[in-house]
This record gives sequence, structure tokens and C-alpha cells, in this order.
Amino acid sequence: MNWDVALILSVDGLANGAVYLLAGLGLVLVFSVTRVVFVPFGDVAAFAALSLAAFESGRTPPTIGLVLTLALLAVVAELWQLARRREFARMPRAVLAWGLLPALPCLAAWAVAGRTLPAVVPIIASIALVVPIAPLIARLALQPIADSSVLVLLIASLALHFLLSGLGLLFFGPEGFRTTPLVSGALTLPGGFPVSAQVLLMIASAIVLSGLFYLLFERTLHGKALRATAINRVGARLVGIRPARTAALAYGGASLLAGLIGVLVAPVTTMYYDSGFIIGLKAFVAAIIGGLSSYPLTAVGALAVGLVESFASFWSGALKDVIVFGMLIPVLLLRSLLVARVEDEGEEIDE
Amino acid sequence: MTAAMLEIGDLHVSYGRVEALRGVSLSLQARQIVSVIGPNGAGKTTLLAAAMGLLPSTGTLRFEGEDLRGLDVEARVERGLCLVPEKRELFGDLSVQDNLQLGAYAKRRHGDAMKRHLRSVYELFPRLAERRAQLASTLSGGERQMLALGRALMSAPRLLMLDEPSLGLAPLIVREILAIVRALRDDGVSILLVEQNARVALESSDHGYVLETGEIALSGESSALADDPRVQATYLGGGTDD
Amino acid sequence: MNERGAKRRLVIAGTVVALLALAPLALGSFAVGLLDDIGIGALVALGLVLLTGVGGATSFGQAAFVGIAAYASAWLTTVHGASPWLGLPFALLLTGIAAWLIGTLTLRLDGHFLPLSTIAWGLSIPLLFGNVDALGQHTGISNIPPLHVGPWSLVTPQAVYYLIWPIVGLACWFSHNLLQSRPGRAIRGLRGGTTLLASVGADAYRVRLSLFVTAALLAGVAGWLYAHANRFVSPSPFDLRSSIDYLLMAVAGGLGQLSGALVGAALVLVVKNALQDVLPLLSARGGQLEGVAFAALFILLLQHARGGLMGFVSRWSRERIGRQPPARPVVLPLPLPRRSLPATGTPLLTVAGAVKRFGGLVAVNDVSFDVRAGEIVGLIGPNGAGKSTMFNLVTGTLPMSAGRVQFLGHDISNAPQQRIARLGMARTFQHVKLRPNMSLLDNVALGAHSRTSCGLLAAGLRLNRTEERQIFDAAWTQLERIGLADRAHEFAGSLPLGTQRILEIARALASDPVLLVLDEPAAGLRRQEKQALVELLRRLRADGMTILIVEHDMAFVMKLVDRLVVMNFGAKLVEGDPASVRADVRVQSAYLGVSA
Repeated sequence: MNWDVALILSVDGLANGAVYLLAGLGLVLVFSVTRVVFVPFGDVAAFAALSLAAFESGRTPPTIGLVLTLALLAVVAELWQLARRREFARMPRAVLAWGLLPALPCLAAWAVAGRTLPAVVPIIASIALVVPIAPLIARLALQPIADSSVLVLLIASLALHFLLSGLGLLFFGPEGFRTTPLVSGALTLPGGFPVSAQVLLMIASAIVLSGLFYLLFERTLHGKALRATAINRVGARLVGIRPARTAALAYGGASLLAGLIGVLVAPVTTMYYDSGFIIGLKAFVAAIIGGLSSYPLTAVGALAVGLVESFASFWSGALKDVIVFGMLIPVLLLRSLLVARVEDEGEEIDE
Repeated sequence: MTAAMLEIGDLHVSYGRVEALRGVSLSLQARQIVSVIGPNGAGKTTLLAAAMGLLPSTGTLRFEGEDLRGLDVEARVERGLCLVPEKRELFGDLSVQDNLQLGAYAKRRHGDAMKRHLRSVYELFPRLAERRAQLASTLSGGERQMLALGRALMSAPRLLMLDEPSLGLAPLIVREILAIVRALRDDGVSILLVEQNARVALESSDHGYVLETGEIALSGESSALADDPRVQATYLGGGTDD
Repeated sequence: MNERGAKRRLVIAGTVVALLALAPLALGSFAVGLLDDIGIGALVALGLVLLTGVGGATSFGQAAFVGIAAYASAWLTTVHGASPWLGLPFALLLTGIAAWLIGTLTLRLDGHFLPLSTIAWGLSIPLLFGNVDALGQHTGISNIPPLHVGPWSLVTPQAVYYLIWPIVGLACWFSHNLLQSRPGRAIRGLRGGTTLLASVGADAYRVRLSLFVTAALLAGVAGWLYAHANRFVSPSPFDLRSSIDYLLMAVAGGLGQLSGALVGAALVLVVKNALQDVLPLLSARGGQLEGVAFAALFILLLQHARGGLMGFVSRWSRERIGRQPPARPVVLPLPLPRRSLPATGTPLLTVAGAVKRFGGLVAVNDVSFDVRAGEIVGLIGPNGAGKSTMFNLVTGTLPMSAGRVQFLGHDISNAPQQRIARLGMARTFQHVKLRPNMSLLDNVALGAHSRTSCGLLAAGLRLNRTEERQIFDAAWTQLERIGLADRAHEFAGSLPLGTQRILEIARALASDPVLLVLDEPAAGLRRQEKQALVELLRRLRADGMTILIVEHDMAFVMKLVDRLVVMNFGAKLVEGDPASVRADVRVQSAYLGVSA
């Protein structure tokens, strides 16, 4: 290994790290508000990428059908729940929030499909299209068990991933796609080494967004309200914070990040309906390094994961994933040593 | 006569097949402190939880004449109803100041009020002011109770419900807190107080109810209840814990 | 377990065994093949019921252990031509070592970190299978030799069936025995927390590790059977997806009972098969819908029926079967050896200059006192005085910053809780730590954990009958002592708080202690319950027990103790007999507002 190779691997690692950072932010966002480890995150990213690919080839993205189906199910579930609690007054708002709101990006996407428009329009449409997905599936699958332990939510989240990935196969088919780069050109580093503008865009977005996240969560009242919901759900309700609403916001934010990742990654790798899972898992390692709570540490973690992956793939292409996931164990051990032991009897799964 | 601040009529609450509250009725007027005493397991916490909306119930629940049915917990908080639960339910990983600020979440649109309320809470509880940057989980039992009460006050409630405010607290601190509660009443807040410590509760309230196994056994003016031989024998006589 | 219930279970079990024995004769090859798969799945699910259902540790990686065993045996028999029967010990050895290594690294993780770590190796290990040349990479290993019994090759589904199901039966028998034994009670106590187990002298980490390896070995047996029944292994049946399927089997069947593993495996595989047949009929893309349908069913299960099928059944049957009054066995075994109590007046516990600092806060400030044999000492003080911290220092729950504690001549200043418990100090908890789903008798029997030493293997093979009788004899004695013998088989969760407190004292007594340390036993009790507690403690003192009570209820301790130690603001305020302490002005002002 010489300096040049190391440099190439490092830049590659940074680029991947940027993606894992964005995904890690999404995972920490959802966990810190809902205590859910949101495994389907990667699937949502893949859907955004595939939607963009559909736009580019002039087709209507199948995502529209997916979102509308989910919206319909969510509206039915919400109305049923309100009817049982006899809160009839809130029904019209429910239909608006869970039915109309998700339908808007679908409408926009349908209008955009097949037309020649400036490149940025389908990109925004793709992201907007996937934003409702996480809140909708969370409402259907996770909200009824929202008071459960982290463990039960984790199991449900894993099941949800397989559900979404199966739906992805159904709606998108098994083919893979790659989109045209968002930005072209390259920057030349000292030493005559080119770095593509796409990579720079990824890194820049990661830096800007993590800064924003930190500010939002640590400094604003709404950010604290979001965190409070995860720390103590009952306490949050008693001060007037609606857990369902903050959860929807968190999931929506996660979807937004996932959409961004999808469109950033699509020009660089061929995306299939299940390509998101692997991205999500590696971002997960980064989020664990951040303890599922600290944004700056998640950033460090994402960087570490990206670099380890890059150098590991140089050493053994086949085993690089084993090494990355193997990283989880020492990280968890370290985390466990740092965090004060809490004697938590927790909830039994079967009660 | 103006409508009662809080009116509870024939309230029934069940946990599965067990009926925790069986037809409980009570009312609270404006600027009044009403206490509900009774032994462990009588249903006092259930009563407050149902009034707040945390538990489903049947019967009448009216707040300032408005029917609370159909309003979720958060909507009741917005209307001015506030509960300080037995377990306090603080945000342990957030600072004292953050906890207090979140207390005003329901009234967050009311601009500058937050700063004013924060200042008055700190004046009321100087120990909280000293510890404003500390995490809530590092506070002692008494300080947590103060924080829970302070957080409740941040939303400028019109009706404050306190579940066992004296639980686990040294007698000195209990007196401090009850003095504050009386001052609040004088400021116009109505208070519903639930307590296992009957003496403390009846000393601080205007009107009292005795709740036993889900039903109201006795009610009357607190001073009259304190003199009632039945109450004295069961809750105030020899063998009370000090 | 009462007579009628036991008989009922025997009849049901007998019927199931008979049906299973006759099944291959009545069913076609396809159905028998499905039953073979169910048997293999049931073994893995059984491990999960033990690990997750009883032990409270979720694993998303059991399929990896199945894979290690399957590949190990496959490799040994194809590459090295060994007999498939040799493959079993080899596979179990590798699986056991892997589980032990992984467990040592990860089982100290708490909260949700542990299940997350299982995802790590649940993902990595199958990836390894797919990337190592010697294991055939993604094509796997084929032409694995079948098992032979004498001249017969176990090739047909029916032949393999009569190997798989007796093994499943054996595994169920082993697991049942295990749970009704000393190590089993410790396993059932895992969910009560590390401190609970430490207080009876058990190391929760070691208990969990042995449970983890046991569950892995069960998965290993399943893997060996898989390899030689299917005669082909590849990475995909051992990936995360399969691990989640096994977890689904355990949850769907019911994590609360062993039968859940069998029922769950049957449920999941039958439904899977049905979906594979039915869905393609409904739509052209039906085949792809199977995964979606399955995931949706799992989610619905988590939302509405987390107890699984057997959860419903057991709840229903619990309500139907009446409870007969329990009877203590008449034939008395040789009793367990008992500690000799020291002479009255000898110092049992000596605290010298104890200090505990939490960062800048000094919670206990140079406190010294002792407890002598045969007396009841009360450690009291207002809230915030530091008595709970002092209590934790004495019992080993917290490490001391400075000072010494001596117990029976041993220095226990920074000894672990288990060691202190085994030396003869038994404790209770302010927030009662009983196992609500265990009977009163079992809860008390858990207290006797440190008095015997039967291990997992012996327990599973039922080699511990004498020891069990001895333990239960000791448990019955304590139950009779506290007056709860007539409710011995009720679940501890159904008792009111006061009775639970007393039961916890019985559990503490079952460990044959020299010193009983009680943590705020009167908290939250009603008047009659407090009275009953006082009477019990007086009886214990008359029997020669030494008791240290930490309390903040003055009235309660006054009637009971021989001596009082009063703490305030972390320091010792005053010490002496109840009358003089109560009259002391400093004590009265500390408790301001107390009417003497």
C-alpha cells in the first residue's frame, strides 16, 4: 500500500462515510424520539433511487402506487382507532393528515412523470415521494405497540424491513438501475488526484445536515420536545406533547434523509430493490458508535465505518462486510463500559 | 352559582374485570383545595389518571362546564388541567431548565410568558435555580418533586392535580411544598390533592373526600373530617407514621 | 404442581407422543418431510424459548449456530470422509466453542445492546460461509452422506423422521427437567435482574452464559440433523432472515412455555407452505408476496398476540383447572447442612469509617457501627440521610470509597454481592424482587441456591432428585415459618405487597443466613401488615436470627429493635436503645414535626 492508494481509499471511505452519516442521522433521529431502531431506513432510500430512475427513463414511478396503498391503509387504521375512542371530532383532521398529505407528492410525481423538465425537478419529486413512506408504515406497524420495550420494537422493525423489501420487489421488480450524476466535473487535489464533484456534494451535504441536526435538537424547544417523547412518553403527554405527532415528524425527517441518500447514491452505484438494507446496516454501526443518541459521535462513527470498509475491501473484497459488521461487537462492548449500568427489568416480550 | 371548576359524576374505571372506581362523584370549586384521602389501593391514583384522560372511564367529567369526553390528554393540558403524577415522570436525561421549559410547551405560542413563568418558578424554588443545568435524574427525591411541581406551574394551569405530593419526602420539605400549594390557591389556581398522609392532606385543604376500595365513603369540610371519629380512628389515630 | 394438573399434562403428552409415533404410517412423503422440517425448527425454537422466553435474552442469530454445526458436519463428512455420527460431537464442539466465545464477549452487555450484538454475528457468520472457498462459497457443500443405522441408510423422510423426533422429545425432556431444578430456578430468576441473583449467591453473567451455550447447542443439534437430512448446505438457510423465522416460531407458539417451540414451528412452517401454494393462485406475482405476507403476519402477532398460541391456551387452562390445597411431602429427606450460629453478643458485622462519595457529593461520611449476634438493630434516619447508600455498602451493591466492613471475621469491604451472600448475609429489597410467574415455593427455593451445587447437565438428566427434595424441604420449612404454606403453589405475583415482603424474607431465610438485612420492609404496608411483620421478626429473633433493619418509619422500628443507629446528612448522629434515642433532642429536630 503506498500513499496514492491510501489517498484513493480514503476519499472513497469519506464518500461512503458521508452516506452513512446521513443515514446514521436518520436512525438516531428516529431512535431518540421513538426508541425504534428503524431498520427499513435503507429500503426507503432505495425506493427514492428507483423512483428517480423511473423518472429518467420516462416512466411513472411505481412508488406512487405504494404510497397510495399505504395511505389508504393508514387512514382506515386511524379512523378505526378514533372511532373506538369516540373522538369523532378528530376524524376529518385524520383523513387530511394521513390521506391527503401523502397523496400530494403522488399527484406532483404523476404530473412530472414523462415530461422533460430541468433535472432538479424529478430529484425533488423523488425525495418528496418517499417522505410519507416511513410515517405511514410506522403508523401501521409500530404505533399500536409504541409503548413496548425497545426489543419488541426492534423485532417489529426487522419484520417491517422484510415487509417493505418484499413490497419493493413487487412494485419495482428485480432489475437494477443507475441514474445520471447530479453534478458533473471534478476537483483536482494537490498531487494531481481528482475527486468527483458528486463525491464532494455527498460530503458537503453530510456536513451541513449534521450541523443543522445538532442545532435543531440541542437548541430549540421543538427539538427538545421530540427528545422528551422518547425519554418519557407519559411525561411528554402530561406537558401537552402528542407522541403520535412527534413520532410522525421524526419518521418524516428520516424519510427525507433517506430520500436524499437515495438520489445521492443512485448515480454512483447500481440500485436494486434491496440495495438499501446493506447501507442501512452499516449506518447502523455508525449510529451505535454514537450510542444512538449523539449526533457528533455518529458522524465520527460514520467516518470510521466508511474508512474501515474502504481499507477492508482493499485487503479482502469478499470479507469486507464481515469486518464491518464484526466491528459492532467491540463497539457495543466499549459503549457498554462507558454507559452507567442501569438495572432495567424491562418488559417481557410475551406480556 | 357558577359551574364547578371540576365536576366528576358517577365515574367508573375498570382494569380488565376488576372495577377500580365504582361510581365516584366529587366536585371542586374555583380557588379551592380539595383533598382525597384513603389507604393504598383505594383508587386515588386511578381517579386522577382518569380525570386527566390517561385511563378510559365512564361517567361525567366536566371542567369549567366543558365536557372532557372526546378530548385527549394533550387537549386537556391545553385547556388548563394539569397533573403531577405519583411517579413524577420527569425527563431524566434533560436538564432542570429544559424540563421546566417543556412544561410550557402547551402554551408555547404565548410568547414572552415562558420567560416570566420560568423566573417565578425559580423564585419559588431557589434550589432548582441553583441546579438549572443539572440533569433531572441527578436530583434528590425532594428536588424532583419540586421540579415536577415547577414544571406543572409553567403551563399556568387553572386546575392542578397532585398525586401523593408528600411521598418519600422528609417532613420539612412536605411543609414547604404544601405552603406553596396554599399560596397557589390564593393566586387563583384550584387544586385537587390526593394523599395517603391524611393529616397533612386535611390540614392543607378546604374540602375532603375519603376514598375506600373505589367508592367515596365520607366527604365534608376538611376540618370537620379531621374531627370525625371514624377518620381519626383509621387514618389519624395512634399508629400513624411520622 | 397439583395432582389434577399433572395428570392432565401427562395424558396430553402421551397422546401427542402416540400421534407423532404413528404419523409417518398415515401420511404421505411430503407431509412427513414437512414434519421433519418442523422437528428441526422446533429444536432451534426450543433453545429460543429457553434463552428468550425464560432467560430474557433475545437472539437474532440462532440460525448462525445452526449453520456452524451444519457446515462443520458437512465439511467433516465430505472432505474427510468421516462417519456422519462423528459429525455430531464435532459440530457440537465447534458450535459450543463459538457460542462460548461470543457469549463471553457480549453477554455482559445490558439493555438493548445485547440483542443488537446478536444481529452483528447473525449477519457476519453466514457472510463468512458464503465467502470461504473451503466451504464451497455460495454454492455450498453437496452430496453430504446420510446417517446409517446398521445396514439401513436414513435417506427417506420417514427414516429420518424416527431420528429427528425422538431427539426432539429428548430435548424437551431435558429442558423440562432443567427448568424444574436449581440451575433452572436461577435461569428463571434472570429476568429479576443481576442483583436478585447476586443476593442468593448466583452470578447472573455465568447463568446467562451457560443458558446461551445450551440454546446454541440445541441449534447445533438441529444443524447436524439438517445437514444429513437434506444432504446439502448453502449459506442462505442460516442468514438473518432464517434467524428471524426461528424467533417468529418461538413467539408465535408462545415464549412462555416449552410446548410453544413445537407449536410455533408447526404453525410457521405449515402457514409458509400454505402461502406458497395459495398466493401464486391469487396473482401472477403471488410468489413474491409470500415474504410480505409473512412479515405482515409477524407484525400482527406482535401487536395482538405476543403471548403466542400457547399463551392463550395456558391462560385459558390456568383459569379452568382449580387449585387443590398443596401438600408437603411426608417422606423427609436428609436435611441440608446448616450453618452454626455464633454465640449471642459476638460482633457479626463491623462497619468502620465507611465513606461513599458520588463525585463531589459525600453520601456516607465516616460511619461506624456494629451488629452483634442475636440482636435486632435498626438503621434509621430521615430521607436523604444516606441509610440506603449505607445499606448498599454493607450488602456489596455499591463499592466503598473508604473504610472497612467486616462480616464474620472476613473483610467484605469491596467484595462482590454473591460472595457476601454466600458468607451468610441474606437481604431483602425495598422494591420487592420476586418472580411473579413462579410459585411461592419456587421463589423461596431460589433462596437456597448457594446451599447446593447441581449443574446444568446433571439437572437436565434428572440426576439431582435427592438434592431437589432437600431444597424443597428447606423451602417448605421457611414457608411454614412465615405462615404461607397453604398457598405454596400460588403465583407470587398474586400476593398483596405486605405478603410479598414477608415471602421475600422467607426466601432470604432459605439461604440459611447468619444475618438478615432488611431494606425498608415496612414501606407502603397497611397497619395490619406492619403488625404481622413485627410479630414475624420477633419470632425470628427468638429463633436466634440476627437482624439489621434499614427504615425511615420511626414508629415501626421503635417497637421492634434492641438498638438504633441514627443517620443524618450521611453521618452517624446518635446510637443507643430506642427510649434514649427517641428522647434525644437532635433526633427530634432531624425529623422535625414528629410527635414523640
